[in-house]
Amino acid sequence: MLEIKNLHVKLEEEDKQILKGVNLTVEAGKVHAIMGPNGSGKSTLSYVLSGKDGYEVTEGSATLGDVDLLDIEPEERAAAGLFLAFQYPVEIPGVGNMTFLRTAVNSQRKARGEEEMSSTEFLKVVREKAKSLKIDADMLKRPVNVGFSGGEKKRNEILQMAMLEPKMCILDETDSGLDVDAMKLVADGVNALRDEGRGFLVITHYQRLLDHIKPDVVHIMANGRIIKTGGPELALEVEHNGYADLMAEEA
Amino acid sequence: MSLPQLKLDATEARIAALDLPTDGWAAPARADALARLRVMGLPGARDEYWKYTRPETLTAVEAPVAAVFAAEETPVFGTVDRLKIVFTDGVFDAEASDDLSLEGVEIARLADSADIHWAKDLYGALETAGQTPVMRPLATLNTAFASDGVLLRVTGKVSKPIALIYNHASEASDAILHHVVKVEQGGDVTLLESGPAAARFNNVLEVEVADGAGFHHVRAQGRDHQRRAATHIFARLGTESAFKTFTLTANGVLTRNEVVVELTGDDALCHVAGACMGDGEFHHDDTVFITHDAVNCESRQVFKKVLRNGAQGVFQGKILVKPGAQKTDGYQISQSLLLDGDSQFLAKPELEIYADDVACSHGSTSGAIDEDGLFYLRARGLPRGIAEDLLTIAFIAEAVMEIESQELQDEINARVEAWLERRRG
Repeated sequence: MLEIKNLHVKLEEEDKQILKGVNLTVEAGKVHAIMGPNGSGKSTLSYVLSGKDGYEVTEGSATLGDVDLLDIEPEERAAAGLFLAFQYPVEIPGVGNMTFLRTAVNSQRKARGEEEMSSTEFLKVVREKAKSLKIDADMLKRPVNVGFSGGEKKRNEILQMAMLEPKMCILDETDSGLDVDAMKLVADGVNALRDEGRGFLVITHYQRLLDHIKPDVVHIMANGRIIKTGGPELALEVEHNGYADLMAEEA
Repeated sequence: MSLPQLKLDATEARIAALDLPTDGWAAPARADALARLRVMGLPGARDEYWKYTRPETLTAVEAPVAAVFAAEETPVFGTVDRLKIVFTDGVFDAEASDDLSLEGVEIARLADSADIHWAKDLYGALETAGQTPVMRPLATLNTAFASDGVLLRVTGKVSKPIALIYNHASEASDAILHHVVKVEQGGDVTLLESGPAAARFNNVLEVEVADGAGFHHVRAQGRDHQRRAATHIFARLGTESAFKTFTLTANGVLTRNEVVVELTGDDALCHVAGACMGDGEFHHDDTVFITHDAVNCESRQVFKKVLRNGAQGVFQGKILVKPGAQKTDGYQISQSLLLDGDSQFLAKPELEIYADDVACSHGSTSGAIDEDGLFYLRARGLPRGIAEDLLTIAFIAEAVMEIESQELQDEINARVEAWLERRRG
């Protein structure tokens, strides 16, 4: 599904190498987690994959199925089935959440040469999915993320994910700023989307999210590379011992 | 103090080209205005108040030619239930207008000879009061020479908006209209204005809002690319009254909108807002002067400008808090979204405060489109153009939300969306 090979990335503005040869393959139907200390390059990886400006790929490749991700615009990556749940979802005043969602769904459909969703069909689907995420009609009507609590913003991200039905989902520190109940709700939303045909890459600092979204594979990232890969037990090890031991091992 | 020769000549040349109506109830006010105009002279490029906007084409004897623009879409406010009063090139069009009767309001026209007693006390009076501390000679010229206008005396809550529709039919038309609105105690009315009016349009609106009364004003200045307009709104607000005005301006080679409000009664509310969108040859100037002369009043100014391809925006906004106007809450924000490096936004925000227990804030910014927002939308699959448009709507939203009526907000938003969509092609 998602295949990252020897990915080297530096900041465009300054000569600073952030990713130093990342290799990672996420298979369809699997959940991979990336853990790592601050500044290890986890968020950069998610931004580079989804096409944010400001980064320069100096070496390596990233493909989604047979699509070369690094060669196309962010909106084309989205239409190809890539989804990034943002760590900090952006507020868009004056644009209704519903309008935004519908524009997103139909833009992607159009880009893929599919028929656009009618407003009645859209309404029906969105209401159903919103309900399971405890998103009420008022939240759907309000401007995108404006005045939303941290939990509401993250739930809104998952609603977008549910509506867009991507092939590959990247969750960038989706647990940050959430209390236990909110995290549970978000995790339930994610778990409901787990599917044979869909891959997940869950980026997090802490093991606790992985209690709710059970990963198949856990990677530890440090200093721009993946230094260790293992099963769910690796996350528990980090929880107990911190990253220092692993990093010392690597050095 | 005598005027510089150049200014004197320009003023006299303009006066000579116009006819001063000498009969009717407004004649004394007109004669007075003419005398005042001769003393102050028309604005010139060296006047401080016209530092950012060149007045020459607004004061010239002949109106510069403006091609008539045929828009294909339904006219703005087209779906709103309203009473229509239509002017074409500044001339009243009875055919196209509705019957001028509506419950809660007396509607008359300036050009009618009938003696309108109530208007006699107001016509030119608010304009005169608005001449200090800054002179606004184009408004004085208007008071002297206005060919027509609407006189509204609002005595109750008017059930639907009164819409002034300004059509532009001839390339060199030069329209001068002067409206007077008196909202009496407990009255409430919504006034709509739309259309380019003429190749050159000089419009004055005097509004007196009595104690406990409300006045709502939403204006859409048309899409004609070559039109020019100088407009003034003069308002005086009584105790616990509310005054809200919003203007959307799309295109137009030159627009100067001045709003002069005096809060004279305690606990009054004044909202002045506007959004403009310009692409290429476009110069838009919002000049606002709000005087707080009573206790516990609130005023808000919210202006947003979207500029590209060399378009220019100007904001001159002032809040004057007079001695004794305690508990004043004054807010002023003016922002521009510059969609390329060629566009320009010039802002002069001012506060002048002579009371010690007030809260006044002002801010002015100009910037490019928000990159984080743009990436967020594109990451959801929105093509760059659509994403930029959504962010533009988001940028304008704060001003549009100053409009009280949801229906009118929707009308304005639809205009903005359509304009952006056409730009995107």
